[in-house]
Amino acid sequence: MVKNMVVGMKDAAKLTGISIIACCAVLVCTMFLNFYFDILQVEHLILSEYAMLFYQGQTATAKVVCFVSGGCLMITSVIMMFFYIKYYIDTHKKELGILKALGYSNIKIAKNFWVFGISILIGSATGFSGSFILMPKFYELQNKDHLLPQFSIHFHPTIFLYFVVLPTIAFSILAIFYALFKLNKPVLMLLKEHAQTSSKIQKQKNYKNSLFIDDLKKSTLKSGKILVFFIVFASFCFSSMTQMSASMKDLSSKMMGAMILMIGIILACTTLFLAITTVVRSNAKTITMMRTFGYSGKECCRALLGGYRPVSYIGFALGTVYQYVLLRMMVDIVFKDIGNIPVYKFDIPIMLLSFAAFVMIYEIVMYIYSQKMQKLSVKEIMLE
Amino acid sequence: MIDVRKITKFYGNGKNRFQVLKEISFEIQNGDFAVILGASGSGKSTLLNVVSGLEYPDSGEIIYDGKNIANLSEHSLTEFRKENVGFIFQQYYLLPNMNIDKNVKMGADLAGNKDYKAIIEAVGLGEKMKQYPSELSGGEQQRVAVARALAKKPKVLFLDEPTGALDEQTGRQVLDYICKLQKKYHFTIIMVTHNQNIAEMANTVIKINSGKILERYTNTMQKTAYEIGW
Repeated sequence: MVKNMVVGMKDAAKLTGISIIACCAVLVCTMFLNFYFDILQVEHLILSEYAMLFYQGQTATAKVVCFVSGGCLMITSVIMMFFYIKYYIDTHKKELGILKALGYSNIKIAKNFWVFGISILIGSATGFSGSFILMPKFYELQNKDHLLPQFSIHFHPTIFLYFVVLPTIAFSILAIFYALFKLNKPVLMLLKEHAQTSSKIQKQKNYKNSLFIDDLKKSTLKSGKILVFFIVFASFCFSSMTQMSASMKDLSSKMMGAMILMIGIILACTTLFLAITTVVRSNAKTITMMRTFGYSGKECCRALLGGYRPVSYIGFALGTVYQYVLLRMMVDIVFKDIGNIPVYKFDIPIMLLSFAAFVMIYEIVMYIYSQKMQKLSVKEIMLE
Repeated sequence: MIDVRKITKFYGNGKNRFQVLKEISFEIQNGDFAVILGASGSGKSTLLNVVSGLEYPDSGEIIYDGKNIANLSEHSLTEFRKENVGFIFQQYYLLPNMNIDKNVKMGADLAGNKDYKAIIEAVGLGEKMKQYPSELSGGEQQRVAVARALAKKPKVLFLDEPTGALDEQTGRQVLDYICKLQKKYHFTIIMVTHNQNIAEMANTVIKINSGKILERYTNTMQKTAYEIGW
């Protein structure tokens, strides 16, 4: 019974965002780490000093990419999973409260949350398989000048273990423990629909003479800090990866640039879509009441999503700085001893182009959601 | 005047299609207190939704002072609601993260009403303006909903079982506030209820069952909220 009433595979399937992030992280990390392990095996065959410097540059790049991309994306996946579990518990308070009232223990309920780890399995397995499809071309481009001795692609079970098996287990365990922590509330608090203790309410400053829409904008922003993180993350990914892919044209292969661009756009769009969908879903009743009273879809959109616009610009600025620092580091530190490395400069036209594209995508998403708000059924919400 | 002419409404598709409203017609004068009385499933809430412009009828006309709202676009219907109507629902639907002042401001801003605090005072919540909905009792929350609806200075106030979630004493108190405020601001009231006793407070009573009007009558002696049975 508890399995039917708590989370199931259907709920885990909603965690597409985590699967996509895991897929991107594992795809990039597997490619670089596999390459790293494979060139380690030919290290003793490198004879010239120049080839050794190139080899050291390649291994250092692989390590940096794995740590930076893998680390950032893993942290984001953990935050996203925690957010989903919290959101799930908040929106299923009544069912969970009934189970607890019937005598089900927290651990018995929390154990069902292991299925959230499935999203990691799907994403990491897809990323792992995808990396092996791209690997032949990647290996060829990484050694296009044949500075390194011949080496071939090998399957390293440890990578599979570290990037697919262990993350799935770790995320499933994390999901159980986090759910256990979130379920540790009195039954009555779960059963009451708006059981909000005074201390938990976001106390607002009194903005004198400000319009209701502006007040709601500030309140929505304050009550969803984790969503602010996701919006910042989305714009950060878009900004850093689009600019990096364009700025890297002289430093790396076209394939690498295209891959970074694709990953950036996928990560940004997925995260932005998920964050905004969550804002809209969790404020469905507010939107409905506003629509009932006569606020237009555009006004609802302005009130609930307008506050995220400046936040997204901050994310864009952070992404710009990040990609500049990362490429600067690669050129000045990692490749410093290797000759023929082109001069790297901050590319203002690329930044402006990326910003224009970002603003356009962001505004299109906002327009789509204002139309969605216009169509929210008053009756359905009232019947809930 | 609100002139409802031959309204029909269907729900569902194919075999599951059923008629909720069957050619309903009635008139309500400006400033009237009308009650739509009916049992659960009689179609009274659907009728309220259609007459208030929340839903479109499948056929028929709803004429407000000569203007048919049944064929307005979604945008024009939103404008119509903004300028003309206020709502109070059984479940209050207050915004949990906004204090009382700001919840009422939601309605006030639509009408450019700067004196909305007077209405909060009028429903007896002047002292609680900075509190949040979760810090109030059910009756107080419903009074906030009353203030929110009236702060937008509606010409017509629609109420869907406003006392359905309240105990007798609180229910009477809320109805009393609504009646007093109607006398002060002269808006039209259209209330949906299943409670026969509440209908005694109204001037016009429209009884419906299975999507049809059974009876329409006028009370010669309107009772106050404290005179009716419960």
